[in-house]
Amino acid sequence: MSQEQYQHGQIDRREFVKDLVLACPDALIVTGLGSPSYDVFAAADRPGNFYLWGAMGGAAALALGVAIAQPHKSVLVITGDGEQLMGLGSLASIGAQKLKNLSIVVLDNGHYGETGMQRSHTSLGTDLTAIAKACHLDWTLSVKESSGFREIVKHVNARAGCGLANVFITAGEYPKILPPRDGAYMKNRFRDALGLKPF
Amino acid sequence: MSSSTILTPWQDELFYLFKAGGVRQVAYVPDAGHSSLIRQVWSEESMTPIPVTTEEEGVAAVCGAWLGGQRAILLMQSSGVGNCVNMFSLISNCQFPFFCLVTMRGEWAEFNQWQTPMGQATQTALEMMGIHVLRADTPESVQDVVSAGFDAAFEGGDSVAVLLSQSLVGRKKWGVQ
Repeated sequence: MSQEQYQHGQIDRREFVKDLVLACPDALIVTGLGSPSYDVFAAADRPGNFYLWGAMGGAAALALGVAIAQPHKSVLVITGDGEQLMGLGSLASIGAQKLKNLSIVVLDNGHYGETGMQRSHTSLGTDLTAIAKACHLDWTLSVKESSGFREIVKHVNARAGCGLANVFITAGEYPKILPPRDGAYMKNRFRDALGLKPF
Repeated sequence: MSSSTILTPWQDELFYLFKAGGVRQVAYVPDAGHSSLIRQVWSEESMTPIPVTTEEEGVAAVCGAWLGGQRAILLMQSSGVGNCVNMFSLISNCQFPFFCLVTMRGEWAEFNQWQTPMGQATQTALEMMGIHVLRADTPESVQDVVSAGFDAAFEGGDSVAVLLSQSLVGRKKWGVQ
């Protein structure tokens, strides 16, 4: 089976994430480990961004806790297909809560980009939007063109339901633009942006 | 009430302790030993129950709650601790306050030996990942131990798991001879 050569999508991830993040200036953003963290940091570093460097499979579940605590803020998860595949159960937990303010964007290149571009399940048959629908999320989008970010932005900013957008991106190498790795720093900075005090 | 629901006074005490402690989110994978507490959380307006499909989601969710400014706790059974190991790195890396209540299996009159390997490894697995372990073995000690762990977490920023002995919950009725 071909590994590297297969292309799952056509969208340039860096440009797409930049358009998305800049159009959601007030959203709290949680990123899944690997390239999504680099993409969001490259687009716009903000105190309300929380970049995961590990805890694989935990991005959407972490965002669930944030979204319950901050019902008047839009909470946006930007993660990869491999990271979301490791946390599929969290889609069921999110569907059970029916929050109005939680959106998940999966940057799906059908590969594990950090580990040598091995094919992931999304390019071997798994349909994440079908899973999200079956988990009772309010909306899903399958995005195959770069202008599709606008539909996602509407949902993020409307805070009218929870949903998942599967964005079909090109599998390729991009410069690694690295956000902070100091978790305590990011936690304190994030909380400070919400007016929350440290111990 | 189902036959697997267990009601004991210490469970009521715990609910009021968590309510007075400002807990707003309760993530859980159910256990008979937590059933009364879970029912009380569902009927408490100031708390959001978060049923999770696996315990590691609960670890991430309670950390997210703290990021967003709310106190959250996690309820699970000893077997669930094994499902969390890598996700615990979130707690130590970010120094999240963390409080988790674990009902024990595999340590006292256990009928189902499939519970025993993880039950025997629960404390080690938590400590291996830097979580401070407290234990309550008698109904009289539960409130004090839980209260001490809860304050260490949310006043002192510690990560704490309180193990509730299997003897507190009692023998599971299997209905077999």
